[in-house]
Amino acid sequence: MLNVENLHVAYGQSEVLHGLDFKVRPDEIVAIMGRNGMGKTTLMKSLMGLVPTKSGTVRVGDGEITNLKSHERVARGMAFVPQGRMIFGTMTVEENIKTGLTVTGESAVPGELYEIFPVLLEMKHRRGGNLSGGQQQQLAIARALASKPKVLLLDEPTEGIQPSIIKDMARTLKRIRDERGLSIVVSEQVLSFALDIADRVLVIENGEIVHEENRATIDEAKVASFLSV
Amino acid sequence: MFDSYSISELGSIFVMQGFAGLILFSVYLLMALGLAIIFGQMGVINMAHGEFMILGAYVTYFTSQAFQHFLPALFPAYFFVAMALAFVASGTLGMIVEWGLIRHLYKRPLDTLLATWGLSLILQQVYRSVFGPREVGVELPAWMMGSLKLTDTIEVQINGLFVMTLTVIITAVVAVMMFRSRWGMQVRAVVLNRMMASAVGINTERVDRLTFGIGCGIAGVAGSAFTMIGSTGPTAGQLYIVDTFLVVVFGGAQSLIGTILSALSISQTQSTLEFFLSGSIAKVITLLGVVGILMLRPQGLFTLKVRR
Repeated sequence: MLNVENLHVAYGQSEVLHGLDFKVRPDEIVAIMGRNGMGKTTLMKSLMGLVPTKSGTVRVGDGEITNLKSHERVARGMAFVPQGRMIFGTMTVEENIKTGLTVTGESAVPGELYEIFPVLLEMKHRRGGNLSGGQQQQLAIARALASKPKVLLLDEPTEGIQPSIIKDMARTLKRIRDERGLSIVVSEQVLSFALDIADRVLVIENGEIVHEENRATIDEAKVASFLSV
Repeated sequence: MFDSYSISELGSIFVMQGFAGLILFSVYLLMALGLAIIFGQMGVINMAHGEFMILGAYVTYFTSQAFQHFLPALFPAYFFVAMALAFVASGTLGMIVEWGLIRHLYKRPLDTLLATWGLSLILQQVYRSVFGPREVGVELPAWMMGSLKLTDTIEVQINGLFVMTLTVIITAVVAVMMFRSRWGMQVRAVVLNRMMASAVGINTERVDRLTFGIGCGIAGVAGSAFTMIGSTGPTAGQLYIVDTFLVVVFGGAQSLIGTILSALSISQTQSTLEFFLSGSIAKVITLLGVVGILMLRPQGLFTLKVRR
């Protein structure tokens, strides 16, 4: 579903990603792991068009999105849950979800989103900025799902969230994948969470993919060694 | 200063000055609404806002002329046509300005002050060259002239009532658009986080252009209303821009209710004090009051409270 070939991304003169190649199938959850500063967030942002791509191609399904603007990428089926969640703080929960409806043209929040995240229905008239971290994370995912994506990107979703809620989130993400046949790419530093949800793990180091392994055959110690400082 | 008036005279003075203040309030509010959208929402300091208003005033003037010459039968209704044209003219100019100038400056909000100030000078000279330096005034249709006599000493002007009604309607429309429409929601999202707004699928460039256009269009409508109470000249917009910024900042840049209340309090203070003192002393007292309150509440009268 998501097809990345020879992706180079640079901030001005300094290149951060040196030619990444990977594919994500429909119905698959891929975890991208790596220490701080190895290029995970840059990869996410470049896939979303928030950081310009230097060279290479990115495709969703059959359509190339390499040079499209962010909102055009959303229309082609990309959706993004950023690091730090970035909820629209002074807007209500309901309005936050509705911003995600822009590309679908719908005007009411689909009921199934509230079914996945019942807490958001309870709080739909509260301001997004007044929710707790875990609730904001759910809101950010609901907002991303509202645009009916084919590929969902999550950048460090476990950051600042308590362990019991991380477990819930893993369950929810798998449920969403099963119900909607989504491809999910999640960047992560927490190994237990990644092993919990991912079908495949990619390790990124200094802007290159240095290790790739299916969940079934993974050697935990080896991946952990990539993450240790 | 009250010695020479009887109690009932004082009452009448307060009512009539209060009414004059309400007319001033209407113009302030109409100007401030456009500015509150552009400055409060987009963070662009639009010093040329007064010139967008004056464009609306000129459009109204020419519409009235055209109706007088070609459609005298419909003259009583010309104002409604003029208002629509003023909105379109100022709004279109606003969108062109956004495309040619403002969109390059979103990352440098303070520079918008200089750029739009330059734009305001250019527009003033254009008006002077094209429309002439003389001030022009519109002729009001018969039904808008005259005044209603409430008591022996209290009269209110009909055109003033009309401008106020207009202001109430436009304010309500803006409030509905801002908080109920899809466009309003997108504007607020872009303002809160431009990058995230585009990452949820909002076309931020289109929203910016439309927002700036609508803000300027409302200024054009303010210009239409302005023709009822003042004469239109190339520099007339300058007189209002500082007061309008005062209204927006005092009210709290992102709050519509704040803008309304601050326009009301500033115009009423100004108008009532002007009768008893000189105009400049009235302004001094108004400004001191605003400065004092802003020292206590730097965010303005109204702010939204959320966790940071």
